[in-house]
Amino acid sequence: MKLMCFHLMPYTRLPDDFRERHNSVWVDVDRSLLDPAIAHRLYNEFMDELEYAAQHGFDAVCVNEHHSNGYGLMPSPNLIAAALARRTSDAAICVMGNSLALYNPPTRVAEEMAMLDCISGGRLIAGFPVGTPMDTCYAYGQNPSMLRARYLEAHDLILEAWTRPETFAFNGRFNQQRYVNIWPHPLQKPHPPIWIPGGGSVETWQWCAARDYVYCYLSYFGYKAGRETMMGFWREMERLGKDRNPYRAGFLQFVGVAESREEAMRIYKEPAEYFYNRCLHVDPRYGNPPGYNSEATQRAKITSQVTLVTQRAATMGGGASWEEIVAKGFVIIGSPDEVADQLRKVATDLNVGHFMLLMQFGNMSRDVANHNIRLFAERVAPQLRGLFDDAWEDRWWPKPLPKPERVAPQPEAREAAE
Amino acid sequence: MSAPSERSVAVNGAPCRVWEKGGGSPVFYLAGLLGLPRWTPFLDRLAERHRVVAPSIPGFPGAAGHDRLDQPLDWVAAVLDLLEGAGLAGGDLIGASIGGALAAEAAAMAPGLVRRLVLIAPFGLYDKAAPPVDLWAQKPGSQAALLSVRPQTCAAFAAAPEGVDVTEWSIVATRANETAARLLWPLADTRLERRLHRIRCPTLILWGAEDKVLAPSYAQRFAAGIAGKSSVRLIPGAGHLADLDAPGAAAEAVLEAL
Repeated sequence: MKLMCFHLMPYTRLPDDFRERHNSVWVDVDRSLLDPAIAHRLYNEFMDELEYAAQHGFDAVCVNEHHSNGYGLMPSPNLIAAALARRTSDAAICVMGNSLALYNPPTRVAEEMAMLDCISGGRLIAGFPVGTPMDTCYAYGQNPSMLRARYLEAHDLILEAWTRPETFAFNGRFNQQRYVNIWPHPLQKPHPPIWIPGGGSVETWQWCAARDYVYCYLSYFGYKAGRETMMGFWREMERLGKDRNPYRAGFLQFVGVAESREEAMRIYKEPAEYFYNRCLHVDPRYGNPPGYNSEATQRAKITSQVTLVTQRAATMGGGASWEEIVAKGFVIIGSPDEVADQLRKVATDLNVGHFMLLMQFGNMSRDVANHNIRLFAERVAPQLRGLFDDAWEDRWWPKPLPKPERVAPQPEAREAAE
Repeated sequence: MSAPSERSVAVNGAPCRVWEKGGGSPVFYLAGLLGLPRWTPFLDRLAERHRVVAPSIPGFPGAAGHDRLDQPLDWVAAVLDLLEGAGLAGGDLIGASIGGALAAEAAAMAPGLVRRLVLIAPFGLYDKAAPPVDLWAQKPGSQAALLSVRPQTCAAFAAAPEGVDVTEWSIVATRANETAARLLWPLADTRLERRLHRIRCPTLILWGAEDKVLAPSYAQRFAAGIAGKSSVRLIPGAGHLADLDAPGAAAEAVLEAL
């Protein structure tokens, strides 16, 4: 079992009447709501939290990419990952990920991820999402009718850039480069593990199976809502003759640990309500541009994860109550034993070896986040470690340089001078 | 209304439906945002005096192959293949909405192909003082009221034709919407402005006075950019799909000009 600390880096000062007074948290989120001085504090606190998680033994720290988004302050996850690479030593750095079609040329992704892999000594997990419509089509102006074709081509180009031993020309449908020869190339060979976050289309599952990539279901609505998707994934793996190695899959889950269930109910209520009521206030007009979903997906009547979010946001009306958030398992809360129990059940039931755990959510303060992270690391994680490992190998985990060969950063120069 | 006859033209190897009705000198018609799910009263009026030929643009109902069109030049080549394949050779051409943008491209890039041009609320230009509406950031179910002043007529026009599976038709309709996005995303500026001066044939520009997608002020921009003799007619009581909203007035204006 791998336990990974995932951070969205939400802006924590959206006003109480955000739902009533503002159109959307995404795309046209009101610019005036962001105070860069607050952002300064948040970035540093959030990185502290991820570093704290790494110090306390989480297997990985995870960052992701969103644009024009009031609950995701990481338009460039690679910047945060670079900073984390310097202040962590053993945790994997999971960039979940770069939306490949947004980079021109996509060799930019190949280069930056190769840099991250080299800086971190081979600790990078390379996430390759298509990206949500809000991020890609609306905030970044990408054509929804060509997004997937561009994504697939970018993937091919990046893989070639990582693995081909010579300078080569790439004559793609969307990208033409006479000289592809990235410096540096990744430390991990043949390349860092590739993980694909996706909404649950059969095509994505088949692609992951064919390429031997990890499939990740990043849902904000917990294990109960995600169960059907994961069952579908495993049915498809079985049909394709793949084994049931739980490390083929990743799953995102919100978690709130406290000394007791009562304490958890008290301290996680406000940040959870903040997230589900303000952060998911997404204008559904941005949820489903034509062409974003393939015709096969339309025929199968699969509703994408992002469409679900926006539909959900549209139908939440007054928002989600704390009772619903807990009852439906959007957030798993409780004492360390209760949380460990629930997570073990979820991991076993969904057959998921990589848990991406959101330990900070909504407007949770650094103190509460660190409390959550520490209790989880010290009293939940030990109860989950080893799960699956007697039967399965995680072939999709980074293979860093041996510890003695990895370089530790010098102590801060400023401190040394004092 | 009797049914039009039907044939097919290949564009990039993909079949595109061509509907035809009436007799007399030929008039070609490229339909607007919804394509041509069914024959219309406007086309019937024209067919009383002309042979009306309506080829479907790749990606719109009756025609495949939109996913092969990436660059503007791909679109121009495809629409020329389509029109030539359907038999246009120095005849008259009407283009509405997105079909108007492509009709203008055809007239600009193949000057001998078109004798007289009619553009009905064509896309292609961008005025930052009155940007085209974002067609793909609209509340679900609001499309008909955006495109037409007669939303019920518009919805009936766009509905699944008799005998067509409803799920399959919703995919056809989404594909038409995607195809429009493929050409027009994100700002509906195809840079047609750079080629307008190459349109040397006489051009009639019709615009629904109540167009909520493209402001009628675009009509003058087209008229000013086109080198041929051009005239502008506003159609009162009509929205973006002006020939659907006011078939009589639109047909009358077209018949006068041809």
